[in-house]
Amino acid sequence: MHDVGALSRTAFLIVSATMVVGVFTLIMVAVALFTLLERRLSAWIQDRLGPNRVGPQGILQPVADGLKNLLKEETYPAQASRIYFLLAPMLSITPALITFAVVPFAAPLPTPWGLVEMVIADLPIGILYILALTSLGVYGIVMAGWSSNNKYAFLGGLRASAQMVSYEVGLGLSLIPVFMLAGNVTLTQVVWTQQEELGLWLALPLGLAFFLFVISAFAETNRLPFDLAEAESELITGYHTEYSSMKFSMFFIAEYSNVLTASALMATLFLGGWDIPFWQGDDMRVVAPGVVQGALPAWWKTLLTLGVFAGKTVFFVFLFMWVRWTVPRFRYDQVMHLGWKVMLPTALAYITLVGTSMLVLDALDVPFGLRYGLFLTAVNLVAAIVFLWLLDRDRVIGGATYRRLPRTALRREPPLVTAGEGVVLPNDGT
Amino acid sequence: MSDLLWWVFASLAIGGGLGMVTRKNPIASLLFLVLTFFSLAALYVLLGAHFIAAIQVIVYAGAIMVLFLFVIMLLNLGHDYRPDVRGGAWIVAGFATAGLTGWLLTRVLTTEGAVVAQGGELEIAAAVREWNAVGAIALPLFRDYLVPFELTSVLLLVAIIGAVLLAKRRV
Repeated sequence: MHDVGALSRTAFLIVSATMVVGVFTLIMVAVALFTLLERRLSAWIQDRLGPNRVGPQGILQPVADGLKNLLKEETYPAQASRIYFLLAPMLSITPALITFAVVPFAAPLPTPWGLVEMVIADLPIGILYILALTSLGVYGIVMAGWSSNNKYAFLGGLRASAQMVSYEVGLGLSLIPVFMLAGNVTLTQVVWTQQEELGLWLALPLGLAFFLFVISAFAETNRLPFDLAEAESELITGYHTEYSSMKFSMFFIAEYSNVLTASALMATLFLGGWDIPFWQGDDMRVVAPGVVQGALPAWWKTLLTLGVFAGKTVFFVFLFMWVRWTVPRFRYDQVMHLGWKVMLPTALAYITLVGTSMLVLDALDVPFGLRYGLFLTAVNLVAAIVFLWLLDRDRVIGGATYRRLPRTALRREPPLVTAGEGVVLPNDGT
Repeated sequence: MSDLLWWVFASLAIGGGLGMVTRKNPIASLLFLVLTFFSLAALYVLLGAHFIAAIQVIVYAGAIMVLFLFVIMLLNLGHDYRPDVRGGAWIVAGFATAGLTGWLLTRVLTTEGAVVAQGGELEIAAAVREWNAVGAIALPLFRDYLVPFELTSVLLLVAIIGAVLLAKRRV
């Protein structure tokens, strides 16, 4: 225990205000840079150059885009419901920007005025706050679709709402094993469990939950392969078809900040948050105002952990983009099928499995620590293998042609592709 | 600060409720109800009951109302503005509502009600410190009220089975 000293009330207010402004600015800047990153990455994946003319390597492109969007003419569809049309982008962007508040992003920082926790608000309900706000994010999209009075926008809004409501179930259930291990729902406790109590990042003992969480997060943020709400080839751009200039931009900012928050959550819940692997010097937590348990806090530790956290988050943002430019879009019935008939039962079965394993481990008097975690990792490995075997192509999610044909007919069919080395056929009898 | 926030959210909740019953457009009505639910959640936060607030938003504002919105939009109900209550029913409904509101207000404003509310947030804060936000709800639920809790889940199960029966032609 190290008593660094608590902040006075005035200092706390000043620090909090500074942190709110700082994090808000960082998110906005990051979102702007992500739009550029997405375009450069897509160009790289498709063997093009992408925007590289404005500033060095196109770094100022987001500024140009922003200016263009601010200066463009705003259009209102003649038949739109004006109030809801205006309200929709606001309802979409507000939850997206305030969800980050409960994510701890670095080790606590000692200052001459007292100890500063590197999280805007360490609420006792932690992640439930994020779930609550994500569920409110649907309204913006649905209202945008409905108020535009455009059938494509309307269809986009309907699809988005059905999809987000369905995958919220999977998202919530995939988090329950995390809560069971951490024993609390606050994100600081989840980080501490991974750093010290278990000594293991939860991606290992709860790999399957991690997998389900990533899939649900992709669906919740309406990113490919789940971007049916704005399927360009069918719905123009879906729910924001009728929006122009900055209002259109607000939907975009909302999407990218949702991606950012989802990435930060994946990093925090399953990859140790700001924890630096294989080093005990950063294992600390605040137990009371100004009192730290574990290692001694220092400013350079805060900086290092902040860098590690940013690295993990950006990796997941990269994953979001990588998947977007690699995987094609699902059909709508496939999305619903996956959500309700695959994710939900799997998550429920997994919760039972983890719960049973924990009960068995407790009954065997295994102390909550590394050995406990490794045992769960082994259980998880078996579960993951079974799950992935079941999720095999053309067993659960298959192409339309495969589903219509009887299985026996498929088996006897000659290979569709004969030439070419390393071509893995979708059904070669293995 | 807390008092000011309480006034803000209390008036928003009542305003949302009034808006919900007076609007003729079902979508507007629904959004006002969401506003009420959200303000109630904010009031729970001011009482220190963070968990209840989160569940209020997740379940009511986030799930049930989205399904309502979905149904309204899917059935395209936004165009029929005829009133549901006709004729003398207004007077009966008005008197009943006024009576209930009056009774509630007297209960709340009498000292007895105020004493019960005193120090509630401190008790909640202590429970949260000891068992954390979820445990403070889960412990009484699974220890003192286990039978009612399980009965409620059976009730929900019955509702689900009923919905499936209604939706499926052949079971």
